[in-house]
Amino acid sequence: MSETKPLLTMRGVTKRYGGVLALKDADLDIMPGRIHAVLGENGAGKSTLIKIMAGVVSPDEGQISLDGEAVSFSSPAAANAAGIVCVFQELSLIPDLSVADNIVISKPPQLLGLINRRKQREIAEKALADAGATDIHPSALVKDLSLSRRQMVEIAKALARKPRVLILDEATSALTSADVEKVFSVIKRLRQEGVAIIYISHRMHEIAELADDCTVFRNGRKIATYKAGTKSDTEVVELMIGREYKNVFPPKFSGERASVPALSCKGLSWAGRLRDVSLSVYPGEVIGLGGLDGQGQRELLLALFGVLRGAEGRIDIDGKPATVGDPSRAKGDSIGMALIPEDRKTEGLMLPMSIAENLCFSSLGRISSMGIIDKAESEAKIAEMIELLSIKAENPALPVSSLSGGNQQKVVIAKWLMNEPRIVLLNDPTRGIDVGTKQEIYALLRKLADKGVAILFYSTDYDELIGCCDRVLVMYDGAVVRELAGDAITEHALVASALNIGEVARA
Amino acid sequence: MSNASSPIERLMPRFLSGVDPAVVLAFACIILLLLVGALYSSSFLSPTYLLQQLKVASFLGVIATGMMLVILLGQIDLSVPWVVTTGAMMACAAASFGPLGAALAIPFGILCGAALGLANGFATAYLRIPSMIITLAINAVAQGLMVVYTGGFSPQDSATPAMRYLATGELIPTVPNGVLMWLLVGAGAVYLLTRTTFGRSVYGIGNRERAAYLSGINTRRIVMLSFVISGALSAFGGVLLAGYASKAAQSMGDAYLLPAIAAVVLGGTHVLGGRGSYFGTVAGVILITLLQSILSVMQIEEAGRQLIFGLVIVAMLLLYGRQKPA
Amino acid sequence: MKEWRFWLTENQGTLIAAATFAVMFAIYAGNHPAGFTPNVVQTAANKATLLAFVAMAQALVIITSGIDLSVGMILTLSNCLASWIVVGTAGETTLGIIGVLIAGAMCGALNGLIVIFGRLQPIVTTIATGAMFYGIALFLRPFPGGSVNETLADFLTGKLFKLIPMSFVALAVVILVVWVPYSRSVLGRAAYAAGSSEQAAYMSGMPVKMAKFMAYVLSGLLASVGGLYLTFFSYTGEAAYASGNTYTLFSIAAVVLGGVSLMGGRGSAIGAVFGALAFRTIGDLLFVFDFDPLWQPLFQGVVLLFAVSISAFGLFRVRNKLDWFP
Repeated sequence: MSETKPLLTMRGVTKRYGGVLALKDADLDIMPGRIHAVLGENGAGKSTLIKIMAGVVSPDEGQISLDGEAVSFSSPAAANAAGIVCVFQELSLIPDLSVADNIVISKPPQLLGLINRRKQREIAEKALADAGATDIHPSALVKDLSLSRRQMVEIAKALARKPRVLILDEATSALTSADVEKVFSVIKRLRQEGVAIIYISHRMHEIAELADDCTVFRNGRKIATYKAGTKSDTEVVELMIGREYKNVFPPKFSGERASVPALSCKGLSWAGRLRDVSLSVYPGEVIGLGGLDGQGQRELLLALFGVLRGAEGRIDIDGKPATVGDPSRAKGDSIGMALIPEDRKTEGLMLPMSIAENLCFSSLGRISSMGIIDKAESEAKIAEMIELLSIKAENPALPVSSLSGGNQQKVVIAKWLMNEPRIVLLNDPTRGIDVGTKQEIYALLRKLADKGVAILFYSTDYDELIGCCDRVLVMYDGAVVRELAGDAITEHALVASALNIGEVARA
Repeated sequence: MSNASSPIERLMPRFLSGVDPAVVLAFACIILLLLVGALYSSSFLSPTYLLQQLKVASFLGVIATGMMLVILLGQIDLSVPWVVTTGAMMACAAASFGPLGAALAIPFGILCGAALGLANGFATAYLRIPSMIITLAINAVAQGLMVVYTGGFSPQDSATPAMRYLATGELIPTVPNGVLMWLLVGAGAVYLLTRTTFGRSVYGIGNRERAAYLSGINTRRIVMLSFVISGALSAFGGVLLAGYASKAAQSMGDAYLLPAIAAVVLGGTHVLGGRGSYFGTVAGVILITLLQSILSVMQIEEAGRQLIFGLVIVAMLLLYGRQKPA
Repeated sequence: MKEWRFWLTENQGTLIAAATFAVMFAIYAGNHPAGFTPNVVQTAANKATLLAFVAMAQALVIITSGIDLSVGMILTLSNCLASWIVVGTAGETTLGIIGVLIAGAMCGALNGLIVIFGRLQPIVTTIATGAMFYGIALFLRPFPGGSVNETLADFLTGKLFKLIPMSFVALAVVILVVWVPYSRSVLGRAAYAAGSSEQAAYMSGMPVKMAKFMAYVLSGLLASVGGLYLTFFSYTGEAAYASGNTYTLFSIAAVVLGGVSLMGGRGSAIGAVFGALAFRTIGDLLFVFDFDPLWQPLFQGVVLLFAVSISAFGLFRVRNKLDWFP
């Protein structure tokens, strides 16, 4: 294969955002007919790399050439025209337009200057068939589709553009396993047809199945390129994090369980998305929520926090029935609940506001009297929190957006700890966070639990559930299908019960 | 992304770093306008003229305070014209109900404004109707109510002595009471915005209401209250105006919508909410008032004034009121 | 197989608007002493057509998730301009009409330039440019007056074959010439896409800026068609501040009644036209039932309030409170 010429090459590509170096001197050769996996932690420079290739941002230095000719793309449209098509992690579909409209969006078939709807329909049907998504109707509005269907439309849309270079950025993250199979066969077929494919995923087994070449990025630099299968998983992880990855989890709960659960619910149901969920969390315990993504874990946390309307069933706090009407009730002293939400950028933080102000938002009641803020007390508490979570901030008056992702997440957790909660709900708090910060968060959770806080913790990362949790409740289709405790929490058991094939798999 | 500095920021002297460039620019424009005015007529820099300007500015200042609160939330209040008029007319109307009515005239006018604000706020916060639309509708309803009340003519009732005193009297010699009223309202606003949980919440909601809600802040109550305050302040502005002119008139509020928004935005408050200081709004109010005054001193007719006024606002906004590129 | 259901979902707003209008008009015609005759239709059509043009103008901008609070003033300006230049021989009149249309399109272009390339908020921008347009209108017609080619005016406001109101024909022609091609062009689709999700539209390589700009230009153009029609009805030009603002307000009401989403991305100008017709008919119902005309502004305000509140009913179906905060 070495004699084939690369289709796309990057030489010395560098990109800065303000003073921050996002990508430094990146070199990359993408061969036609091969799948090139790009690996790296979040913030390693992968997304910048892709954005540059796809024409979303332009590089500060360096050169990109396609077929040996230097190119520079001023917009995604220009990159598309050159045959580089990207399926972005954030979906780029337009919700109010139909599936067919979306598929042909960048270059609709025209007749006398008007869009030819019949032709458009044909193109869309073919693209959907190519992607293996014939269940999607071309006239359906995108906003009426589920997340996994949208992702399939996104892939169909990319295929309709007849790409020469196809970039898939976490394109399978929302897909069901059946869809993933379909997408993989599409990708393999494209490889046969000579398309160059750049594949980004955090799922190692996907990369093992697909990739021909791999490139690892770390801190904005290219670390290594190697043929797939020449390195073990451990070696790859070491390349990614730059140090050995071992023993990251603190010891588990060892004391006596309290007699009354801090939080329990019975028969919790909501809108068909939660079905008869019962659970109890005792003080000092870290309870994990497992299962495939989107099986009702988020809804469960939101329901407990009083965000969902019309939830049925009962919630007990310290053994007594409680009504959690909304978050302001939930955080009150009688309940003492906290929720670390799913998306820190839109649900956890006010990005342009200062670190100090962000830290105060959940505990305004605690740092004020009669609605008037006690400056001295708030400053003392802010300092205490920055210390406790070792948030790396030069100055708490800086906007929270100036922090790295990991430190931003620490601010979200800190702002809730400032309110001294007794029950902490976490919605996948380590997603998109560097390994170092993850470890700090694990240690912190255990420390809180040791102080008697009850913790309910949803994670998409099996290692985390195994390493952190005293018990894991596995959810499937809105219901808790399995409870695992102690040594029974194994990857095998988690995966098996997540697919709801529990007992069979155990045998 | 946050440390991308605007051209103006880079031109600013060092000691001003950290101050919102928009506020600096607004004050620079005020000085420029005064200088231009002084070239035109020497009386422009006289204390009498300046105090007179402050008095005129105080009406706009009171109204703009409420507008600022609402804009900080990321909302807007387009019901200002007829809420101002309602406040003025209702206060004057109360005055015709004997001594008790006269005594309650001012609170009654403000209360009517607060009630309209309550409607705005309830619809915006609890019914989630875009404020831009609901406030236009409430404006139309307020207009309809006033037309029915007055029968389509200017009302005969006149302002009470207390209203006149509040607007034109001088508790402190040479300083009109209207200015004191603005000072009072302004001090309250500064305190509210910087020292209270309410103020913090306002900024938080303006930045991202979803995050504020999930932080356990009762966002809907705060949005509603802010509209009530905005309505009350608009009506209070109307009461002062009626006191100034001795009576209420049909379209007295029309001239305050654009200036109020312009004053807030020129003062550096972000149109999409979440950022801005009251200091900036004060600068914006004075700037707008001076601009209007200079245009009328130069005896430019209404057509030219409207044109120049619109042009200047667009030009200034283009200078520094731009949204960050996507 | 389920094709018609998708079509129904897509055109839901427009269909509801058409149905509302049909019901309103049936009530109106059924209770009007003259009954459902060509004369009744003509009177109603003439009044409604004007608003329909302005509503279409507003709809185009709202679809891109913008708003144009200057449409009423563009209409007023066009009216004043038309009262000068749409006179004389057939040739002169034609040139005059072209001149008015160009002026309208330029007003829209100015809005578009400032909003899109100057990156200012549409609300503030169009309030400010509205003041400028009004200034120019006032400059053209400090006092009501002027004239128009009456032959043309009578023709365009009369009846075709003594049956069909010409104004409806004109409306249909404008829809066919402007809206239909636009909505089926790439730019039209980009306008919807920009309103629905600007980020996604940009990422997909759509001509977002051009589409939004064109929306404002066409909006200005349609508003000036409205201005021309106003001149044909009234035979004069008048720079009336209140009536300009009223048209802006009614245009929003019509757009809302017409099922166009205020968030952008959904609805059609045809829906807005039906919305306008329905809104006008509601206003006329008052006369049919012998109400005091004094109550009309209040009644229209309440209708507007009701129309914008309809969108709130969707709220009761929201079961995840986070959906309140997009």
